[in-house]
Amino acid sequence: MTTRPTISRALPGTSTRRPPPVRESGAPAWIRKNLFGDLHNTVITLLVLWALFVTVPGLFGWAVLDAVWVTDDPQDCRAAAGACWAVVAEKHRVMLFGTFPYEQHWRGVLVIGLIIAMSIVSTFKRFWSYGLFGAWVATVAIVLVLQLGGVFGLAKTGTHEWGGLPLTLIMFVGTVVGGLPLAVLLALGRRSTMPAIKALCVGMIEITRGVPLITVLFMASLMFPLFVPEQLTVDKVLRAQIGMILFFGAYGAEVVRGGLQAIPRGQYEAADAAGLAYWQKTNRIILPQALRIVIPALMNDIIRAFKNTTFVSIIGLFDVLGATATALEDPLWVLYAPEAYIFIFVLYFCFCFSMSKYSEHVERDLATGRNF
Amino acid sequence: MTETILSRALPSQGVTRRRVPPRRPPMTLDGLWNNVGFRSVLYQVLVIGAVIALAVYMIGNAQTAMDKRGISTGFGFLTQEAGFAIGESLIAYDSEDSYLRAYAVAIVNTLKVSVISVFGATLLGVLIGIARLSNNWFVSRLSSYYIEIFRNTPQLVQIVFWYTLVTRMPAPKQAWDISETIFLSNRGMVMAWPAAHAAWPWMLLAFVVACGGAYGVVQWADRHRRRTGRTVPVLWWNIGLVIALPTIVWWIGGAPTAIDVPTLQGFNFVGGMALSPEFLALLLGLSLYIAAFIAEIVRSGVQAVDRGQVEAARAVGLGRADLYMKVILPQALRIIIPPATAQYVSLTKNSSLGVAIGYPELFNINNTITTISGNTIECIGIMMAVYLSIAFSIALVMNVYNRAVQIKER
Repeated sequence: MTTRPTISRALPGTSTRRPPPVRESGAPAWIRKNLFGDLHNTVITLLVLWALFVTVPGLFGWAVLDAVWVTDDPQDCRAAAGACWAVVAEKHRVMLFGTFPYEQHWRGVLVIGLIIAMSIVSTFKRFWSYGLFGAWVATVAIVLVLQLGGVFGLAKTGTHEWGGLPLTLIMFVGTVVGGLPLAVLLALGRRSTMPAIKALCVGMIEITRGVPLITVLFMASLMFPLFVPEQLTVDKVLRAQIGMILFFGAYGAEVVRGGLQAIPRGQYEAADAAGLAYWQKTNRIILPQALRIVIPALMNDIIRAFKNTTFVSIIGLFDVLGATATALEDPLWVLYAPEAYIFIFVLYFCFCFSMSKYSEHVERDLATGRNF
Repeated sequence: MTETILSRALPSQGVTRRRVPPRRPPMTLDGLWNNVGFRSVLYQVLVIGAVIALAVYMIGNAQTAMDKRGISTGFGFLTQEAGFAIGESLIAYDSEDSYLRAYAVAIVNTLKVSVISVFGATLLGVLIGIARLSNNWFVSRLSSYYIEIFRNTPQLVQIVFWYTLVTRMPAPKQAWDISETIFLSNRGMVMAWPAAHAAWPWMLLAFVVACGGAYGVVQWADRHRRRTGRTVPVLWWNIGLVIALPTIVWWIGGAPTAIDVPTLQGFNFVGGMALSPEFLALLLGLSLYIAAFIAEIVRSGVQAVDRGQVEAARAVGLGRADLYMKVILPQALRIIIPPATAQYVSLTKNSSLGVAIGYPELFNINNTITTISGNTIECIGIMMAVYLSIAFSIALVMNVYNRAVQIKER
């Protein structure tokens, strides 16, 4: 090259005009980056768009445009090309409350409201204490009064009449409230230095975890009466509840054990050196730390417990799934079972999704350090 | 000074007085109660005693109840005639066969649906897990929707929903068909299938052998590269091997080409390979649900691989395929396998949900046998034993595999 100074290039008339840089923010840039980054990406985007174009209009037409929303005559649904959401409008009382007496449904609504309100309160860290556990026990007592009746002028309703969403929520709360202490006890037992206690806990945990929940429920509901004297009868809902608690306890125990193992040895040794007795050490030093560590993992078990409440429909209880199956025995509406199941699908999704979002929040919260 | 202290410990010096061991405190009830060893033994004796007492009491109650109903105990009933039919089975069975054979049918059915679902769930799960990590916004979003929807709804509701969907399909006469080879109707799915011929099993065997051989070739090539530094291109040789060996066996076996195409006769299809609505619904329910969990496990496994590893691989000039096969996959697998094992066990156990839609799996058949024979305790024992051994076998196999992929540290 020549000796012409480089700086002169910037002088007007001496350099060619360069195009402005490509924008790196805003919608067009975003689309370019995330949808049409390279050939590979572009092809995939076009394929997905084509697949959506083929499926979405049809589905939308079926679910919304051509759907029948409210009618009490199934013939209207037969005539329409779309979904028959009228089955939900027609049967929602049975699906949500099962065989509970129709004029007592307000009690069921109260139970649902109470349990949801308590759950929301429980999500705030500032309420986390043993007191909250006590509040839950009180909630269970109030719920039992509302469901059983027979006092305060409420009409008596036996557990055989329980059903729908209240039963699902009661099963869920009962499982968690009863199962958490069992899980802690089993986990402590598994780490016990007493061989007999340890063997018993290991056996119980491993056997329960090795078989399907439905066999545990089956044992609890159909076998249990065989093993107790004839004159002693235990309520069917209670038996299913015991089965659910045992199963939750066995799974929860392994999670809690993980937390116990994660506590540094020094904590145990310091407690021993300070002369604390076993339960003092456990309650004041070990468990408060261990339980905090395992909260995210326990949340997974709790969500699973919610999903597993559906299993009681197999042993003949009328939870939301069982009640829906009963509602669909009506031959007039049986054709529209998929729509009814989509409805309870959404119902369960709302509960589980909010719990899983909350669990993610707690996990992030814990990951940021010891801030509570 | 130091010497005197040392000398104290030496026995022969005679400097130190022999110390008297501390006196044991006198045995009192209070002292005994405060003795940790004694209390531990006492608690254990009490717990074992309580468990044994409870067991004896409960078995006694069960015995009385059984005697009252005139049910004989023991496993003798297994050889008696079952007297009930089973909807579908891979092994020959009719209602005149024994209970034992009915159990065998049930176990085979449970294993059949579980094994196929495990493959389906793994394939779909890995695909969605990788899609979740895609740069493409659509792909990543859609797979995240899939994961959230299927993970956050009960599996039983999903199974029942698929079942209602399959049974609401049109009757066989108006069956949906895919190019006249696969037919979907309310009787399930029927597809064209190669007609039975002696050559097919051998061809399958040849395929398995070829896959084993291909694995051996890869291992040899790897050793060769380590020894000499030269890469042997084995991919095409292996593809050739996997295709050629079964083809040769097929040709030697008589080259059967007959295809059994299902045809409509009366109200249902005849011929072809038929999958019942119950099987289909359970297959979908098991594999789609577990796939969502596998996808999350795969995603977190791949994300857990250290960024530095990827950068280092790029820095030494590894290609895209080598980056995935030799750097990311081996490290991600270590993280993926333990939780994936738990999912496989869970899938197999949840095949018992087939009872809700009438698929003849172990739990379902066991219920029938319990009701007919009345040998409740024996039946529940058999069922528990089978489920436990399946769960433990999966855990065992996966543990062996897990050990194989773990880091071999020197």
